[in-house]
Amino acid sequence: MTSTGTPQLAGPTSDDERVRQQRRVGFSQRLGRWDVKVSPYLYISPFFILFIVVGLFPLLYTGYVSFHKWDLLAGKGDSVGFENFDWVLHSDMFWKSVRNTFSIFLLSSVPQVIIALVLAAILDANLRAKTFWRMGVLVPYVVAPVAVSLIFGQLFADQSGTINAILAKVGMDPILWHSHVLPSHIAIATMVNFRWTGYNTLIFLAAMQAIPRDLYEAALIDGAKRVRQFFSITIPMLRPTMIFIIVTSTIGGLQIFDEPRMFDQNGRGGADQQYLTVTNLIYQLGWTNRNFGRASAVAWILFLMILVISLVNYLLSRRISSDEAAGAKKRKKVRA
Amino acid sequence: MSAPSVAAIEQFAGKGAARTAARKRNRDYGSGSERRPRWLTYTLLTIALLISFYPLYYAFLLASSTSDDIARHPIPSLIPGSHLFHNIKEVFDADIGFWHSVQNSVIVAVITSLSVVLFSTLAGFAFAKLRFKGRGPLLVFVIATTAVPTQLGVIPLFMVMKELGWVGQLQAVIVPGLVTAFGVFWMTQYLESALPYELIEAARVDGASMFRTFWNIALPAARPAATMLGLFTFVTSWTNFFWPFIILSGDNVTLPVALMRLQATFFKDMSLIMAGVVLSVIPLLVLFIIAGRQLVAGIMQGAVKG
Repeated sequence: MTSTGTPQLAGPTSDDERVRQQRRVGFSQRLGRWDVKVSPYLYISPFFILFIVVGLFPLLYTGYVSFHKWDLLAGKGDSVGFENFDWVLHSDMFWKSVRNTFSIFLLSSVPQVIIALVLAAILDANLRAKTFWRMGVLVPYVVAPVAVSLIFGQLFADQSGTINAILAKVGMDPILWHSHVLPSHIAIATMVNFRWTGYNTLIFLAAMQAIPRDLYEAALIDGAKRVRQFFSITIPMLRPTMIFIIVTSTIGGLQIFDEPRMFDQNGRGGADQQYLTVTNLIYQLGWTNRNFGRASAVAWILFLMILVISLVNYLLSRRISSDEAAGAKKRKKVRA
Repeated sequence: MSAPSVAAIEQFAGKGAARTAARKRNRDYGSGSERRPRWLTYTLLTIALLISFYPLYYAFLLASSTSDDIARHPIPSLIPGSHLFHNIKEVFDADIGFWHSVQNSVIVAVITSLSVVLFSTLAGFAFAKLRFKGRGPLLVFVIATTAVPTQLGVIPLFMVMKELGWVGQLQAVIVPGLVTAFGVFWMTQYLESALPYELIEAARVDGASMFRTFWNIALPAARPAATMLGLFTFVTSWTNFFWPFIILSGDNVTLPVALMRLQATFFKDMSLIMAGVVLSVIPLLVLFIIAGRQLVAGIMQGAVKG
């Protein structure tokens, strides 16, 4: 632009200008191409870099640590082969923690899915003040698990606890929520259920609203009552959503830490490890006993367990959906 | 002549009139084939709501009483006592740095939310709208990482932080959460449908660089989903316990860890512990009252797509 705007300047200077300008255009074009090519990778790189550094590497390195003597303060020691795993698999504490983790997981996931389904079905009606009710069931989600645990810890207190006081009023014996195995699991599962039922209810509700309404109309014409509609239409149509919720709650639920840690002020999972979970055990071995080697062995075993269960979940859900497809085909054939 | 559509009413008579008309229509005909439900439905819902709220109210009741009251009346009366402010003051005066932990929680939650929104939108923009080699497999990889139990890598993560000299520092909590797979996936899905290619092309023709296109076109278009993502990240960060509990220590902790220390210090005085619980819940309850609608919508949208 400068060269054409200054015609009085002739000779080598203007040539020089022209060359420089061409070069500039060329450079910015190259910059533009570079911009198009490299930008996408640049934009997605923060996630990948962070995931590798704080997610993937630590997870894999846990395997390396588990084959060594490794102290929290002194650091790496000798390589010991499978010694840490051997210790863990022969430890009473470990098997108790596995039992507790699965027990708490079942006690929290099964009732949660059932209650969430029923609540979602109720919320799916043509309600007044829809948003109010939906927000209402979601309130517990914003309360930290630690706070939930403190509140329910008092509700479930062995002495002068509210639930035991109510039991006494109706003439029942108090339950030792903290010292017995199953009651402590029920108490901890209740905390988990309190926080997550509303959340899952909304996921189910969204899936229910996506079910075509004419299915219900057809069922109504066939004379199906509401309960029958729920079991014959709603539940089968919700299968993908249910699989999604089961998979995510398995991965999260088997790593449960906060609630059992906060169930008493010592956080060791009870005198007899009644409610010590696997993740609690990892913390105890690693930071209380300063034995990173054994803690890593436990972490790695839990990782493998989650992997296997996820795989089983995946295969089961694939089988269910392919069965369903086959069933649908058969039905079609019968109808034809 | 048929009645004017709700949209038409909105155009001529404003939003308020449209809302009234829509409500009237729903009342008269119901939406679709459905009738208004009967009282049984509302009774069940009210019970569900009471179960949602009672534990919080219970914490408030205990926080406003004394430890003697709690011992004498295990079932608290529904009328709050008069010791709330006294108990709150005692929590702040206690030697556990409660106020400092509130500040830390705010710092961590705000930085984490802003960063997750920015980096997730950036990555989502690339995945949804830019063409590059390996796009498909990389996106599948992102989704797959949501199923990886990264919490099980705490031991090496702790070693990394030790190498960096970050043990006990807030950045040890902030940095690992700067961008999440969920966030990237969420923004990718939203931008795929919400951002037309024409807008991007127009910006490119006008000579905007990629980053300017992102900043001026994609980011504004991503606003609704970005708000929801920010809210979810804020709640997750505010309630996070496991990693801060491991890596932070002394007075420099976040709120959930401070609550644990409160429990260890005052395990005999439930009224003080509950005062701490109430203090930790109030900020998020306020946030919920302001933005709970978006949280509900966010969960429901995520469910249909995911």
